Amino acid sequence: MTTRKQIILAAYVGGVNEHTAWEHPDAGSQIDFSTFRHVAQTAERGRFDYFFLAEGLALRARDGRIFDHDIAGRPDTLPVLAAIAAVTEHLGLVGTLNATFNEPYELARQIASLDHLSGGRAGWNVVTSFDAYTGANFRRGGFLPHAERYVRAEETVATVRELWDSWAADAIAADKDSGVFLRDGRAGEFSHHGSQFDIEGRFTVPRSPQGRPVIVQAGVSPQGRDFAASTADVIFSPYSKLAEGKAFSADIAERAVKFGRDPEHVKILPSAGFVLGDTREEAEEKARHILEQQLSDRTIQVTFEQVWNRDLSGYDLDGPVPDIDPDPEAPTFIQGRAFIFQDRFQTVRTWRELAEQRGLTLRGLAHEVARGPGYVGTPEQVADQLDTFVQEGGADGVVLGSHVVPSGLDEFVDRVVPLLQERGSLRTEYSGSTLRDNLGLPLPDAATHLASTH
Amino acid sequence: MSTPHPFSLGVALDGAGWHPSAWREPSSHPADLFTAAYWVDLVATAERATLDFATIEDSLALQSERFLVGDERTDEVRGRLDAVLIASRVAPSTSRIGLIPVATVTHTEPFHVSKAIATLDYVSEGRAGVQVKVSARADEAAHVGRRAHPGDVLVDDPAFRAFVDDAFEEAADAVEVIRRLWDSWEDDAEIRDAATDRFLDADKVHAIDFEGRFFSVRGPSITPRPPQGQPVVAALAHAAVPYRLAARAADVVFVTPADAVHARAILDEVREAERVVAREGEPLRVIADLVVLIDTPGGETGPDRLARLDALGRPLASDARIVAGSASTVADVVDDLAAAGFAGVRLRPGVATDDLPRIADDLAPELRRRGLIEPTTRTTLRGRLGLPEGFPSRYATPVA
Repeated sequence: MTTRKQIILAAYVGGVNEHTAWEHPDAGSQIDFSTFRHVAQTAERGRFDYFFLAEGLALRARDGRIFDHDIAGRPDTLPVLAAIAAVTEHLGLVGTLNATFNEPYELARQIASLDHLSGGRAGWNVVTSFDAYTGANFRRGGFLPHAERYVRAEETVATVRELWDSWAADAIAADKDSGVFLRDGRAGEFSHHGSQFDIEGRFTVPRSPQGRPVIVQAGVSPQGRDFAASTADVIFSPYSKLAEGKAFSADIAERAVKFGRDPEHVKILPSAGFVLGDTREEAEEKARHILEQQLSDRTIQVTFEQVWNRDLSGYDLDGPVPDIDPDPEAPTFIQGRAFIFQDRFQTVRTWRELAEQRGLTLRGLAHEVARGPGYVGTPEQVADQLDTFVQEGGADGVVLGSHVVPSGLDEFVDRVVPLLQERGSLRTEYSGSTLRDNLGLPLPDAATHLASTH
Repeated sequence: MSTPHPFSLGVALDGAGWHPSAWREPSSHPADLFTAAYWVDLVATAERATLDFATIEDSLALQSERFLVGDERTDEVRGRLDAVLIASRVAPSTSRIGLIPVATVTHTEPFHVSKAIATLDYVSEGRAGVQVKVSARADEAAHVGRRAHPGDVLVDDPAFRAFVDDAFEEAADAVEVIRRLWDSWEDDAEIRDAATDRFLDADKVHAIDFEGRFFSVRGPSITPRPPQGQPVVAALAHAAVPYRLAARAADVVFVTPADAVHARAILDEVREAERVVAREGEPLRVIADLVVLIDTPGGETGPDRLARLDALGRPLASDARIVAGSASTVADVVDDLAAAGFAGVRLRPGVATDDLPRIADDLAPELRRRGLIEPTTRTTLRGRLGLPEGFPSRYATPVA
């Protein structure tokens, strides 16, 4: 019966954001290890593929003043993942690490170390940054011009892979009798001379269980799509609706083939939230309540200020959309937060039209444009929606977050996971021990990698 | 002001042990050096020995028989994992022992080191420290590629000395940044006040605005103040310049006295360094390093083991004094160091899988019999080292 596509599930602890309801009576610590242990063990109980952590390198601020209304503060990604490796057995461990404020040698050795210490469960979500606000926390500041983001990211990934490939799989003989520890006294030798990095020497970490840990990327621009299609094992996509998801998947598959890759080896996962109820009405009512909590007055104001790039505190949230234009030339008003809109003027124009058509106040507009939780309904309905989305080619699975940390995921694992398993769309037991095994990705060998990218 | 504090006993973990041929011993499992199980087993043994802390060596270059450059030996352990991640992996599998990974601050961002060690403190519930290391090696610089290095010069070349002096100055700045970032959130910054829609009190989260000769860092940290407030900072030092780094920046300094006379001289030098840098607050905890090879009960003596291992390949040569003998012999040396005024001893096991069990089963009981080490109820690393606990962030306004 297993002709059904297997749904890939990742569990996400959002940390710094406005989506997680810290006011909820069940809301726990965002920092203590017990929180991360709980979510990871719940995800493993639900036979998820991996656990995912985002990264933050600067606290969010509004006009220089630190946000006080949203969850702020998070532990460092890699030490948390290494600690989770101690309390799980199969769950993949994927961390976001910035390619701008880390050097390839340290990224490669940290991720390969995690791969060793977890028995082959490590993954890296590659991001870049260029803003001076974040850069002020680092020795070299915000040195990366915006246009060089992909150049830097591509060369970082390529260099990290060169380092991962620098030890032969059988480099360590460890033969006590003959006294040969290394087969080759130059194991780990590398030399990379490119536009971003000019480095050489020997890498300290022997080839890790997965050879190359799993690479996760996001990116929707043509350049970002090419980068992801050529190098990523998993693409973190923004397309959670079936039609747009199918179009994105088809486009990525075409690009992957162009780069000589099997499209089956590029998995696509949008992020998603969920709200469950005993009836659809109950779930929708809960979802509405959660959205109201998330969209506090200041969250709404800041959301719009980020697009307008100016102080909107003088505008009534229950009044009309401000009639002034965005100010792209001013210093960044909302700092330390990714700007996801391509064009401020276009975004404002679209929103204004929407508000006029529907007679929306600023608050009404915020509710309208807020990304809802995605999956809302009874467990059966949610299982059906998610399964249909994956079986019909919208994506390969989802990265699932909950608005209550750490216990929110329990409900999904207890009520939805068994239904997906009954349908044959989700494993009931892990079949392998590495993240690549979970995702159905082959173990790479150094030779094919070099052939495909050079 | 010196309040009596405990005599601390720790262990330094490095690969298969500190003898270059340690990996060839029957007990060693060199194929497992890069697995979590190997490290969990070692640290669990150290915890069973009731040791106060375990340090985990690291470097941004492969191990080498030479001080400043690499080699191409194939008969010794080469390759290592990131020590901060080993410590983090081991943390949930242990419950009492302090975990002190080495971090090379010359090539890493203090912002990253600060949040990584703060997080180790969270996942270990207050048992984190860091041994800061300065890199003067050309190969490490070439791995990162961002920094000019004087190249393959003699150690006493003036250009190299100036380079090293700057590297130590920069490291002191890096630790200052790491420490300020640990304090950048006051302990009660997170308020979760639903009535005013405030998750945190922004007045209790502070920019550090560090401006130094080598770099500047604004802050605050992304990670809230760790459980210990200030995790323990340690450094290994052999000379005046590193002693001054330790006196400026560290809580603990590991030193390498060769004998009783040298031991007294080192203590004097460290105290002098504290005067030179006008250190305030707690005096440095000066902990002596010893490489140990302990008699196997009913088997080989320590000296015999050492001689046999020395004959296998490169003989053991160490910056630290090598003590090969019975648990009682090692205890005598520890006793002398305690009497001389050292705050503790860090043992470097010659063979990790042989000497750690000997430390747990023979040496530690002997030291307890002699009253040198005592059972403790302290659960944090600071507590185990007799350092103050529960103090506020430097940025906190005293309550009137």
